Amino acid sequence: MLELIVISTLNGILFGMLLFLMASGLTVIFSMLGVLNFAHASFYMLGAFFGFQISRWLGFWPALVIAPLLAGAIGAGVERFGLRRVHKNGHVAELLFTFGLAFVIEEVVQIIWGKSPVDFRVPPLLDFPAFTIFSTNYPAYKMFMLLVSIVIFAGLLIVLKKTRIGLIVQAALTHPHMVGHLGHNVGRIFMLVFGVGTALAAVAGVIAGPALVTQSNMAGLLGPILFVVVVVGGLGSLPGAFVASLLIGLVQTFAVSMNGSLAGAFGPLSPDYASTWLSDIWGVTIAQIAPIMPYLLLVLILIFRPMGLLGTRDT
Amino acid sequence: MSEIASHVAPPLPAAADKFKFYGLWAGAAAALLLLPQIFTSGGSLTTFSLIGISIIFSLSYNILLGQTGMLSFGHAVYYGLGGFLAIHAINIITANKLPIPLPLVPLIGGLTGLFFAALLGWVSTKRSGTAFAMISLGVAELIASSALILRTFFGGEAGISANRTKLLRLFGWSFGPQIQIYYLVAAWTLIAVIAMYALTRTPLGRMCNAVRDNPERVQFVGYNPHTVRYLAFCFSGFFAGIAGALAAINFEIANSAYLGAVQSGTVLFATYIGGVGFFIGPIVGAIFVTFLSLGLSDLTPVWQLYFGLIFIAVVVFAPGGITGLLMMHRPLLKAGTLTQMLPSYLMALVPTLAMIVGLILSIETIVHYTVNPGDDSHIKAFGVSFDAASPTIWAMAAILLIGGFGVARKTWTWVGHAWDGATSVAREKGIAA
Repeated sequence: MLELIVISTLNGILFGMLLFLMASGLTVIFSMLGVLNFAHASFYMLGAFFGFQISRWLGFWPALVIAPLLAGAIGAGVERFGLRRVHKNGHVAELLFTFGLAFVIEEVVQIIWGKSPVDFRVPPLLDFPAFTIFSTNYPAYKMFMLLVSIVIFAGLLIVLKKTRIGLIVQAALTHPHMVGHLGHNVGRIFMLVFGVGTALAAVAGVIAGPALVTQSNMAGLLGPILFVVVVVGGLGSLPGAFVASLLIGLVQTFAVSMNGSLAGAFGPLSPDYASTWLSDIWGVTIAQIAPIMPYLLLVLILIFRPMGLLGTRDT
Repeated sequence: MSEIASHVAPPLPAAADKFKFYGLWAGAAAALLLLPQIFTSGGSLTTFSLIGISIIFSLSYNILLGQTGMLSFGHAVYYGLGGFLAIHAINIITANKLPIPLPLVPLIGGLTGLFFAALLGWVSTKRSGTAFAMISLGVAELIASSALILRTFFGGEAGISANRTKLLRLFGWSFGPQIQIYYLVAAWTLIAVIAMYALTRTPLGRMCNAVRDNPERVQFVGYNPHTVRYLAFCFSGFFAGIAGALAAINFEIANSAYLGAVQSGTVLFATYIGGVGFFIGPIVGAIFVTFLSLGLSDLTPVWQLYFGLIFIAVVVFAPGGITGLLMMHRPLLKAGTLTQMLPSYLMALVPTLAMIVGLILSIETIVHYTVNPGDDSHIKAFGVSFDAASPTIWAMAAILLIGGFGVARKTWTWVGHAWDGATSVAREKGIAA
């Protein structure tokens, strides 16, 4: 039991930090540009596939640097030549533009790399168990993932709190118009923020690629969870996104490792339920409903706290 | 009091307008009746049925997006649940020999859609704008994932099937042949379209538009925007359920794909490409997208990529959709300045087409090298054969794409100038744009 708790906590924090790598970019982009980037998870996927391709050519370590830069450049290009054009047509058009973009990116990835998973391996340097607790080997690569996400998290925090750019970004989170009035080149800041945000998602993709499955549907699987994170945390709130990422990471990881069901808990009391049409609900295990946990959480949050956990804005 | 009312209320429409209005509906009904006489093949009947279903579904979606300003990424939930309940209803009716004929089954689907929209809608419509879009996505994922867990009801991956011919027969119609299904779909399409048009003319429909345009002011007037959004959501779910039930009857099966993200995306594409600003927009979009998806899939293996590119092009260049583009020209037509536009349009058309041909050539060549590199390099796309390995084709693609882009940019600015000239003339003549 203790083993399960320790391992699940580690995995949950890891998954949560990965989610936050993406959710942070998404939140900052949303706060500044007012557009929720539907294609954000697609940049995560692009990162994973670029990482796979570059690590075949040059090795994993160059890939870890080049792939996010490449994805970030594409992201900046999308903002400069796509979103900026659509901006005058309103937020719905912007959201739909990124929706179409997500669709197209998935198709392009399928055309280039196919529909089946690619063989993206953990680099040999990190392919060993880091430590053993309760007879379970914990892979070093996962520790590396955790380390990278924490380093980036710390870096982001320092940039946001201590630098001039960070100050402008923070100001733009709450008063986007005022920043423009003060004479900053808002267009360039937007492009920069969009590029950095998508690059962060791509970093998550490169480091998650070898550990999870690198496949053309990975954006479609992760995207909705990402949006749940930003809505649960409160749209436009960075601390909220952090809390929600960890929460959803932990909830989902713990749910996967639990096997209880209603039948298991109350089965002896009324065995006849197992034969009626309720048998699905009666017999389903917590592990089986793990994929819908984030969405259940979303509905609960919406009922009890429509703003999100730490949200303040209503739009 | 009556004096004020006479000032406020619009004048009653003239007899000619009334005639035109009712004539339009009668004409639509006659066209629906006559269509199978002109196109008698089974394939075209199936296509028409699919279009009818798609029209109802897209119009129901536009109650949300176009009329109330709610962008939903999960509208297929109500479509799919309507479909599942319709299949279950057919099975129950057949098993118990209940005196319910097939034409009433879509109503069951509609009521299912209404029920679930009423259940899930209150939470979903609490927020508007981007938050609503994300919430609709989350709720859709919740239902779609649950469908795979609750196997007894949803039938897992295989889905649930039924036999539509074993119900109570009216006038000897068994609903086995496709032509009878076509008439069933056509009748329901006409009813649903009239009902949804009528909805836009009610005070509720007007309040929906107000909530879309300025929710804050709606609150000052004394309405609750949340309630208005909720009611619109319920109506939308009802009609989506009807469409889903018709689809289930048409295919005699309902599976989890009905509820999924692809279905939600398709209806969004159809509605937006058609145009959300006008009532007829989603109808145009449904027809266009159905033909496009049926036609493109024969022409090229990567039709979904083109589909996505078309959607992006519409979002970027024609946010009003197809109908929006056409309706833009109405003031010019009235002012008689439309002919001024024609030369610049023709001039822009040539390089734009060249650019598109270049784009298609490059895409197909790249697809040849990435998807099936071992095959013969003589490939066929859009009915045209060419050699993907020949450098001339590459050069042609590059020249068409880059040159076309360069020239097209220039010509479209001319179109813009011509447009400004033509509209200002129209404005001088007192015709509002």
